[in-house]
Amino acid sequence: MSTLPNPSRRNFLKLAIATSGGLFLGFNWNTASADTQAILTEGTLAGAIDFNSYLSIAPNGIVTIFSPNPEVGQGIKTAFPMIVAEELDVDWKNVNVMQAPLDTQKFERQVAGGSGSIRHSWQRLRKAGATARQMLLEAGAKQWKVPVAECKTEKGMVIHTTSGRKLSYGELASEAAKLSVPSDVKLKEVKDFQLIGQVAKNVDNPKILTGQPLYGIDFYREGMLFAMIKRPSAFGLKLKSVDSTAAKSMSGITDVITFKNNVAVVGKSTWQVKKAIDLLKIEYEKESDLESTTDHNRIFEELLNSTNTTVRRKDGDVEMAFKNAAKVIKSEYQCPFISHSPLEPMNFFAHVKPDSVELIGSTQTPEAARNETAKLLNIAPEKVSVEMTRMGGGFGRRLKTDYVLEAVEVSNLVKAPVKVIWTREDDMTGGSYRPAVRYRFEAALDKQGNLVGYKLRGVGMNSGNCTREDNFPSGAVENLLIDTVEHKSPITTGPWRAPITNFLAFAEQAFMDEVASAAKKDPVQFRLELLDKAKKSPTGAIKYDIDRMKSVIQLAVDKSGWGKKKGVSQGFSVYFSHFSYVAQVGEVVMQKGKPVLTKIYAAADCGVVINKSGARQQIMGGIVDGLGHAMYANLTFKDGAPQQSNFNTYRLIRMNEIPEVEVHFVENTIDPTGLGEPALPPTGAAVANALFKATGKRLRNQPFAEQEGMKGIS
Amino acid sequence: MALFKLLVNGRNYEADVDPETPLLWVLRDHLGLVGTKYGCGIAQCGACTIHLDGEATRSCVLPVSAIGTAKVTTIEGLSSTGDHPVQLAWDEVDVPQCGYCQAGQIMTAASFLKHNTKPTEEEIEVAMSGNLCRCGTYHRIREAVKLASTKLK
Ligand code: FES
Ligand code: FES
Repeated sequence: MSTLPNPSRRNFLKLAIATSGGLFLGFNWNTASADTQAILTEGTLAGAIDFNSYLSIAPNGIVTIFSPNPEVGQGIKTAFPMIVAEELDVDWKNVNVMQAPLDTQKFERQVAGGSGSIRHSWQRLRKAGATARQMLLEAGAKQWKVPVAECKTEKGMVIHTTSGRKLSYGELASEAAKLSVPSDVKLKEVKDFQLIGQVAKNVDNPKILTGQPLYGIDFYREGMLFAMIKRPSAFGLKLKSVDSTAAKSMSGITDVITFKNNVAVVGKSTWQVKKAIDLLKIEYEKESDLESTTDHNRIFEELLNSTNTTVRRKDGDVEMAFKNAAKVIKSEYQCPFISHSPLEPMNFFAHVKPDSVELIGSTQTPEAARNETAKLLNIAPEKVSVEMTRMGGGFGRRLKTDYVLEAVEVSNLVKAPVKVIWTREDDMTGGSYRPAVRYRFEAALDKQGNLVGYKLRGVGMNSGNCTREDNFPSGAVENLLIDTVEHKSPITTGPWRAPITNFLAFAEQAFMDEVASAAKKDPVQFRLELLDKAKKSPTGAIKYDIDRMKSVIQLAVDKSGWGKKKGVSQGFSVYFSHFSYVAQVGEVVMQKGKPVLTKIYAAADCGVVINKSGARQQIMGGIVDGLGHAMYANLTFKDGAPQQSNFNTYRLIRMNEIPEVEVHFVENTIDPTGLGEPALPPTGAAVANALFKATGKRLRNQPFAEQEGMKGIS
Repeated sequence: MALFKLLVNGRNYEADVDPETPLLWVLRDHLGLVGTKYGCGIAQCGACTIHLDGEATRSCVLPVSAIGTAKVTTIEGLSSTGDHPVQLAWDEVDVPQCGYCQAGQIMTAASFLKHNTKPTEEEIEVAMSGNLCRCGTYHRIREAVKLASTKLK
């Protein structure tokens, strides 16, 4: 694997005296000032690992940069090192990237979630690179006995500008490490960036494209056992009895064990375990309600009429506004449960030993994996090491640690290293879904078509917090009420890429289209008027930047030729999430009487773009993801049991179903913000609003392809 | 259990396994070739695509006993140095997001391009639509297949 060995087994040197090696810098990202310490080792990476984060420079000039955050496909393993390399001023070709293991004392935030990594680490990473650069610069000046001001750096070289003499970072590394660490270093100006904003390829491409072991599921260790787990067949059932005689008699099976409501079959290979698990005879009994999708629809009705609500935001006098309204528009929007379905199913390796625990695999939250393991086994967290592998997708599923803890339980019970593997069926039926939610919107317009009152009630399965009450149009409407009601369901739910906003954005932006059309205004103009109003006379708190939102709207309008195209129906949508702004225009053309989605334009403002290739793909992929799930995804339940269990019945979008996508970025010098999620939320409404223009039919429920009159759309 | 002789990537292997074992798991668990991925197990996603006598085949539904003397090629053996035109194109276009589906995509594309060296966009879509990419890299996959077709020797 490409990760480093377990930190607890590594000895390290933090000495500033070297005999032969290169420069190792450890940076403390815990503090904004990037408290740095220079260390030298004899040249072994393992010797220097026990630091917060670092880069190393070998005598041959090769720079190794460690990426602390889990890589789930968001591109962090490429983008993080780019930031360090930019300030260090090295040739990207000479940079090696390695995944660092879990060490939150040093790296602080090691999470892949919330589109928060770049935003969190931007300054820290820059300071890390700039500090090392400064020391190399000083080392060069010292060697030549010239003032530092006469020296500059360029692509891994220190240059004495007046004489033209040059020394490479590799040559200067050991001398540089003896210098004291500067506390205040100058960062580059955005306009001087040479690497940031360029195209850098995924650093793992060479391994991915040749099939080298990279992912959790690829991990293998001599003597390791494989395990599969039979979980209750429906949410709301618990284990009553197990007959494992037949399973145990199968060749290659070493153990059948029971823990919580699970039965684990352990053996020597995946296939043997998979065959044996089908022979288990298990009886379950009811523990709580066994809910069906039809129950959920009824429950939603009840919740929408509930008086027991949680008020999320209240501005002005909503009742009065609706009483005096010239026109009231009311609509409901609903989404189903959906599965995350990362292409790599859940799996994890655990080795519970007498004095320590080793965890290896795909996780978005290594720290939670460690802490919950410690809690489960009642040991100190320091006894648990976590090595992060590249993940075959996560989409929020790997923020949960259930599958990690299963591996821990099994390893603990069988006293052996174990890799637990979920089948696709386990993955799709084993829970933790995007919750089903229903929204009821009401809008009050005055005679001039101004939005004077706005109500939103969100009711969700295990998602009380199903609104984003400070988002647009909050701030632009004097009288507003947003509240929620939750239903506690035994069906397990969790964050799904762009939690809540993955559907809420669709509902809000599609409803906005309805309101604009009732006000007889162009949907873009309608939004711009509201934003102007929020700027001039804001109501309550506003947590989005009005100008930035307007600028993505304008960019999308310009690039798509909004309102100027013949024979094309356009739909508009804009959303702020994870501190970034994305506007989209969907285009639908009628072909042989059927609506066909031909194109989606996206305009994004995520501040400075780090890696143009990665960033563009996050937008394209986010759109494909948003579109695919809005169109097709639907997980239904009968008596607590999911009715879809694999890709033959649960439909994911395929290549022949994607429209053309055109991506544009607002160019500015603002500190970068998230991009792993923000492109997804606006897509559903851009598409639905375009479909409405083309067909006159409003789509208010997902999946679109299952709505009346929409069969066969593509 | 039975002993199977397999020719994988030009090398001879032996595996003592249940005859029903899908080739996918023989490759992954017994031969240590983990580049071929498990995604669905029911021939729906294409992550497990390998070449059987040069033809793209889903290894998750191919029992090891059905292989006989056929030659198996996996992503690890597509080229000895990772420079098959499809691999080069994939890198140039920077296709992978999480990367998990890409071995299967590459194997499907490589076999497709053998039969159709100058494919149209529609032909590419037909050929590639059996392979899921959960991350949504389809635009780049399409572009990379086109680019690879220009690199064929
Ligand atoms: S794993 Fe074989 S097609 Fe999905
Ligand atoms: S790149 Fe992640 S599934 Fe295709």
